[in-house]
Amino acid sequence: MTLSELLVDPFSHYAFMRRALAACVVLSLGGAPLGVFMTLRRMTLAGDAISHAILPGIATAFVISGLSLWPMVFGGLLAGLAVAAAAFWLTRFTQLKEDATLTLFYLLSLAIGVAIVSSKGGNVNLLHLLFGNILAVNGEAMLLITGAACVSLFGIAVFYRWFVIEGFDPDFLQAAEPHAFLGGMVFYFLLMLDLVAAFQALGTLMALGLVILPAIAARFWSRNIDFILPLSVFFAIAASAAGLLVSFHTGTPSGSTVVLAAGIISLLSACCGPYSSVLSYFLGRQ
Amino acid sequence: MPWLWGLRPSPPLFRYGPSVREKSFSEKLFMIDNLQPAIELENVTVMFGPRKALHEVTGSFAPGSLTAVAGPNGAGKSTLLKVIAGVIKPAHGQVRYCRKCAGKIAYLPQTSSIKRDFPVSALHVVCSAFWPELGNMGSISAEHRKKALGALSEVGMEGFETRRISELSGGQFQRLLFARLMLQDARIILLDEPFSAVDAETTAKLIQILLRWHKEGRTIICVLHDLMMIKKYFPESFLLAGKCLGRGHTHALFQQKLLSFDLDMAELIEPETESKPESGKTSAWTGQ
Repeated sequence: MTLSELLVDPFSHYAFMRRALAACVVLSLGGAPLGVFMTLRRMTLAGDAISHAILPGIATAFVISGLSLWPMVFGGLLAGLAVAAAAFWLTRFTQLKEDATLTLFYLLSLAIGVAIVSSKGGNVNLLHLLFGNILAVNGEAMLLITGAACVSLFGIAVFYRWFVIEGFDPDFLQAAEPHAFLGGMVFYFLLMLDLVAAFQALGTLMALGLVILPAIAARFWSRNIDFILPLSVFFAIAASAAGLLVSFHTGTPSGSTVVLAAGIISLLSACCGPYSSVLSYFLGRQ
Repeated sequence: MPWLWGLRPSPPLFRYGPSVREKSFSEKLFMIDNLQPAIELENVTVMFGPRKALHEVTGSFAPGSLTAVAGPNGAGKSTLLKVIAGVIKPAHGQVRYCRKCAGKIAYLPQTSSIKRDFPVSALHVVCSAFWPELGNMGSISAEHRKKALGALSEVGMEGFETRRISELSGGQFQRLLFARLMLQDARIILLDEPFSAVDAETTAKLIQILLRWHKEGRTIICVLHDLMMIKKYFPESFLLAGKCLGRGHTHALFQQKLLSFDLDMAELIEPETESKPESGKTSAWTGQ
């Protein structure tokens, strides 16, 4: 087996592989930079909760109108917003801390979602909603993924300075900017849009895979956020290509293999990246 | 009727008579109160859930004053600054600013609230001072850059502009934040424990900057623990333990034994009577 057979032929011969790769690349472009800000703002757990929170909305839309795209998107966004608002209020007005409320809501929404889907469709539909199907991304879903990526890239470009200042010194921004709450809301919205789009490909359980994992990896390779952002996109695309190829040749499920590849890249970076990694710890550098 | 005082012919003469004598403390206080204060707090109450962090704090800060806010841990000192900075909205009461000062407030948060592992350079941090001017989209021009580098060299940090903030020591980072304050060029400057985790030499330098701002007529409010420093440098003090226990000239407060060196700060916490929550569960300040 030559190198081109191994790396190029799967994509040049099969349209569904090309389509899957395109979907992953676009998802990486929109999602990975958001992931960098999520890790820096220490809200990876919140992202996890939101990615599960969209399930009840999607499930309800599925029960009402079947596997059609736009009702699911709408339902997912609505459910995500509701859970984010509920978690915020519960944290604010009770003694529960943020992590506890988020965990509460994500388990709750996962359970509700699974119950709703199982009541109508069989296990196949449930699997599709939970894990997605990256090889079956159709034109409509591609349009959604591309649109979400465009919006989130545009949003990050416009709000870049806002996100950075809010990231390292939220109190300063709140004192200097009368509408400081806007930044957080925009961020949540972009994240939710991206997760609803990613759900088509990776399902609700792993929608964050291409968002968080490359961002974690990139932080071990640079201390400059201007480099970390493109680096995270690069890692996400690399993980997508590698994961798709491995799943093609070995027959493993494609979505989970892509996330697995991203996870391996993160672990390798944590071990031997130049900054704050295991290797640098043992070499005596910070 | 404070709005009529401006119409009276020279009220201090009218009040004190022609004889030249040393004004008593209460008379001086009256004169300060005669000026329109830079910041005025009226019955400010802040709630964190069921807990009262500030209880009906009333007071004012004269323009150009240099005030230390002192009090035990959990007295609401940082909360008071945040209310003045507009970071927290009070549950009751209000904060008023004089017309000149409104919107021109610089706030130095506690260092612990800043994420030091964020991957940005020292210059990035200093340039965040231009936020009110540039906002989200304005580009940082060569002139802004020059100003930022000038502020950095003024605090003795030239050559550090490309350093990551995670690589700076506590003292260097604090100097960086002072450079940012300098660039903000604000009428009101709020500092939350600016000298914690800073060595004596850097503290002395930062104090000089603080005194220069005072000379320039800016209103400065500073949360401090060090009574020595309060006595030496801060003409006014504001004593806080959930509510305002006393305010005015630092030396007068020392004379009244409200502030003293052998005073255990925890003694300032009075047994809660009227501000105790009705459910009678725990006192918000002592947790007992």
